Amino acid sequence: MLAVMELQVHYGGIAAVKGISFAVEENEIVCLIGANGAGKTSTLKALARMIPSHGEIHYGDQRIETLPSHELIAMGLALVPEGRGVFARLTVAENLMMGAYHRNDAKGIGADLERIHALLPRLMERRNQVAGTLSGGEQQMLAIGRALMGRPRLLLLDEPSMGLAPLMVQKVFEVVRKVAAEGVTVLLVEQNARLALEVCSRGYVMESGSITIADTSAALLADARVRTAYLGE
Amino acid sequence: MSTTTRERIGLLLVALALIALPFVLAMAGTAWVRIANFAVLFVLLSLGLNIVVGFAGLLDLGYVAFYAVGAYAYALLASPHFGLHLPFWVILPIGASLACLAGVILGAPTLRLRGDYLAIVTLGFGEIVRIFMNNLSSPVNLTNGPKGINRIDPFQIGPLNFSASDTIGALVFSGPIKYYYFLLLVLLAVILVNRRLQDSRIGRAWVAIREDEIAAKSNGINTRNIKLLAFAMGASFGGIAGGMFAAIQGFVSPESFVLNESIMVLAMVVLGGMGNIWGVIAGAMLLSFVPELLRYTVEPAQRALFGKLLVDPEVLRMLVFGLALVLTMRFRPAGLWPETRHRRELDENRA
Repeated sequence: MLAVMELQVHYGGIAAVKGISFAVEENEIVCLIGANGAGKTSTLKALARMIPSHGEIHYGDQRIETLPSHELIAMGLALVPEGRGVFARLTVAENLMMGAYHRNDAKGIGADLERIHALLPRLMERRNQVAGTLSGGEQQMLAIGRALMGRPRLLLLDEPSMGLAPLMVQKVFEVVRKVAAEGVTVLLVEQNARLALEVCSRGYVMESGSITIADTSAALLADARVRTAYLGE
Repeated sequence: MSTTTRERIGLLLVALALIALPFVLAMAGTAWVRIANFAVLFVLLSLGLNIVVGFAGLLDLGYVAFYAVGAYAYALLASPHFGLHLPFWVILPIGASLACLAGVILGAPTLRLRGDYLAIVTLGFGEIVRIFMNNLSSPVNLTNGPKGINRIDPFQIGPLNFSASDTIGALVFSGPIKYYYFLLLVLLAVILVNRRLQDSRIGRAWVAIREDEIAAKSNGINTRNIKLLAFAMGASFGGIAGGMFAAIQGFVSPESFVLNESIMVLAMVVLGGMGNIWGVIAGAMLLSFVPELLRYTVEPAQRALFGKLLVDPEVLRMLVFGLALVLTMRFRPAGLWPETRHRRELDENRA
């Protein structure tokens, strides 16, 4: 579904992503793990066309590296940005409606609202609350819900656990699992390697701009290098 | 009585008051009608700037440039300077279009900038336009430089000349009163357009960009076009106001378009309540009328009390201004009459 070849991202003269290649298949949950500054977020931003990059990005049978970011959601590719990026002064309901900005099928939008209601019942209790007043975890749920309102086929999730209490992280990952079970392919970027690998089927380890290890989650969880560097053992 | 009926009666009363206002003001002197006209011009400017600053969240410190473009467009096309005397209903749209173009020219290179950086560039743009007006007098005399352009044609609708008085029955329609009614009509149109914009898809896209640009993009908003649209629409309103300014004043010079004017309009938007049309109108009214009231009361009051002038009203004006802004920021940080979104957020933070 997604195939990346020799992706490079530069900030000024500094190379943040140094020519990585990887793929995500339909209905997979794949994670990109690594330390701070390894280039994970840059990779995701490049995929969502938020920053310029070199290399090929194949999505389905299309090349998307030349497309502007706002056209991707209509193609089924949605980004949940790092730090959630909810519209703080809009209500929960208004945020969700912004997720359907590019759509004009009122019936479908209504049905999707129902779907998200079922997925995130606690959030929908606060549908008229301003998003900026939600807790971090609720904001993360909202950001995911908003992305789902665009009916994505591939969801790019950037650090959903960032700044959340452990219990909340569990809940967020539970939602990610449910979303994936509904048939949405997920590419997850995470610093919390253990949690990510528990949810994902496969993973890539990034280190200073390159992919150093690629394997199934089970293998990565057993890998000595991963265990010492990322699982704290 | 239901709320809608009550609202309708309220609106009717406001409309009647606004219609009667110039005749009441004329009793105190035609100068007050002129002051009211300038207040409405500032309301128009504030509503235009509110699109850029309030709706889209783009801090623009050079807004007066668009006012200048509109004013000079009118001045050049309806004055002896080039010997052109086009009717106002031809020039106002031209002025608006030119200002719109200027808005896009400013917007395009600043699309990536936000906050302070955008403020600095727009500030520079405002100054560039003013300095151009100041210096485009040679080798080809386009703007007549610092001397400005005078003897600008007033509005003329058929036999109705806006610089002369007409008497209908017992009512004397002086020039300023005619302009007042025209301004009121334009204001009504601008308010309607603003309200429709705010509730539209475009309005929601502006809010999204203001809140989080990356999220807006990933929701499928073409941030580039939507931002340019904000600049262009805001600028067009500024251009229309500028054209009317030129006609009312009969004279334009670069001096009218200094940075201070941009800051004044921005202060009106911020003081009134960014993003809320009614708040912005209130802010513009307040900051237009209060200084004039001071001018007419402070000097006589001091002379009566102390026998001489101790504090120049002009000095006092800036003092009151500063104080008003400080107090607003302290006690009503979202403005006197904030947008419901701002208010909601602040209330819930307090709770």
